[in-house]
Amino acid sequence: MTENSARDIARLQAQIPRAFRASLGVRLLRWFVGLAALSWIVVLLWWFDITPARIAGGLSGLAKIVVLMIPPSPGAQWRAILNGLAESVAMAFLGTFVAMLLAVPLGFLGARNVVVNLLAHFAIRRIYDGFRGMDQLIWALAFVRAVGLGPLAGVLAICAAETAVMAKLFAEAIENADPKQIEGISSVGGNSLCRLRFGLLPQVLPVMLAQFLYQFESNVRSASILGVVGAGGIGLQIAERIKVRYWDEVLFIILLILVTVALIDYASARIRRRMIGI
Amino acid sequence: MGEYFGRLLPVLHVANLFDGPKVEGSLAYWFYRLPTWSWLLFETSQMALLATLAGASLAFLACFAAAANLAPRRWIYIATRRSLEVLRTIPDIVYALIFVWAFGVGPLAGILALGLHTVGALGKQFAEAVENADMGSWDGVRATGANWAQCVRFAILPQVLPNLVSFGLLRFEINVRGATVIGFVGAGGIGQELYTLISLNYYDEIGAILVLIVAAVSLIDVVSEQLRQAVIGRQVA
Repeated sequence: MTENSARDIARLQAQIPRAFRASLGVRLLRWFVGLAALSWIVVLLWWFDITPARIAGGLSGLAKIVVLMIPPSPGAQWRAILNGLAESVAMAFLGTFVAMLLAVPLGFLGARNVVVNLLAHFAIRRIYDGFRGMDQLIWALAFVRAVGLGPLAGVLAICAAETAVMAKLFAEAIENADPKQIEGISSVGGNSLCRLRFGLLPQVLPVMLAQFLYQFESNVRSASILGVVGAGGIGLQIAERIKVRYWDEVLFIILLILVTVALIDYASARIRRRMIGI
Repeated sequence: MGEYFGRLLPVLHVANLFDGPKVEGSLAYWFYRLPTWSWLLFETSQMALLATLAGASLAFLACFAAAANLAPRRWIYIATRRSLEVLRTIPDIVYALIFVWAFGVGPLAGILALGLHTVGALGKQFAEAVENADMGSWDGVRATGANWAQCVRFAILPQVLPNLVSFGLLRFEINVRGATVIGFVGAGGIGQELYTLISLNYYDEIGAILVLIVAAVSLIDVVSEQLRQAVIGRQVA
């Protein structure tokens, strides 16, 4: 029995070798690509001076920091910490809200079924992409220079970065809308404004609302670090405490951020389910 | 505010736009430090690459324990899920701030910070891809007497690998963006240069470097998008 099956396998292997292993060329190519990738990683490790000794040294430093972090303590300035946290959430909400208002018209502008000219569509979309290429922290740093330290710079940074993201998301939602309802409005004599208002908007509004909540969640996370460059919120508190090495308070702030983010995610998920069922 | 952003725009003269770097108003004059900046951008992208590779490898190891259908025990599943959640909720900049103390100023701190955040983010996405895998082939491979590791290799991996690669590439794009700013706290890459320029109000150079960053990020996005579509397309075919 086993002899037979072994012979069968040998026979099949001779008949259809490709089913058992790739051809020599493909195997050589795989080896070559694998080796090239591996050697590039080695080059990168050498370039960035990543050696086991440095990693070990850093890890022992990190272990000391972690020991100093436990137990977490709110410290004497706990009011400032809570204040910063509230400021971060407020910055995220305001920035996202204003961005949504700006993104609605921009979303229509970027949708292929609204602006039909292909060249214009392409150009508008690339502009949105370009704005998205700049990280929020860059915006924050620039706005701190432009309007001074404080939460206003943070709100403007979130708003600037978020408008482009939401405009793109809204444009995609509008493109995915069902054209039949719009045709229905035209058939009863609605003009183009009516078509947008009664044919398109009811379809895309739930998607926009869901996107707003998602982006708000994501911006609460990023608003917690904008303070690192001076744009207000809890990031300033955490950066200052790291500078003076109050590690127990650093851990306290990190835990506080974790709890806040979890709470906001939970609340936002409930709102989404209640209002739109997704 | 408008004044500040107005100053970031360069002074360009149409007449001598394409003249050499010595002529005021030419593109070459505006981008006079192009070689340095290109090199810094390349370094930044390679930091992101290394961070994504390291993070993806760890996430790959963790994702099977974080998938409800494969986790050996319920408590292992919950513990892995929660740890990944904590890892991805802490922003990479916060990791970088701490790692700069432990590992010193330089790219290593930035790579580790981005990598650690990546473990949390990719671990979750990988685990969800594994959870969506068809378990019929798992039973089939199991029936041939394969152990757990062999089942993962021959039943699950062929199904989910294209998805994992696609998620990895997407995360690479995100990490490139992250790596451009992680230098703000001293963790290497082009962020350090940008931070200095913005602090010193070198308006023209800020504008030039921002244009370069946007161009580089867009280029990487486009290439990665093509790769992703090729990978996913192969799965469908």
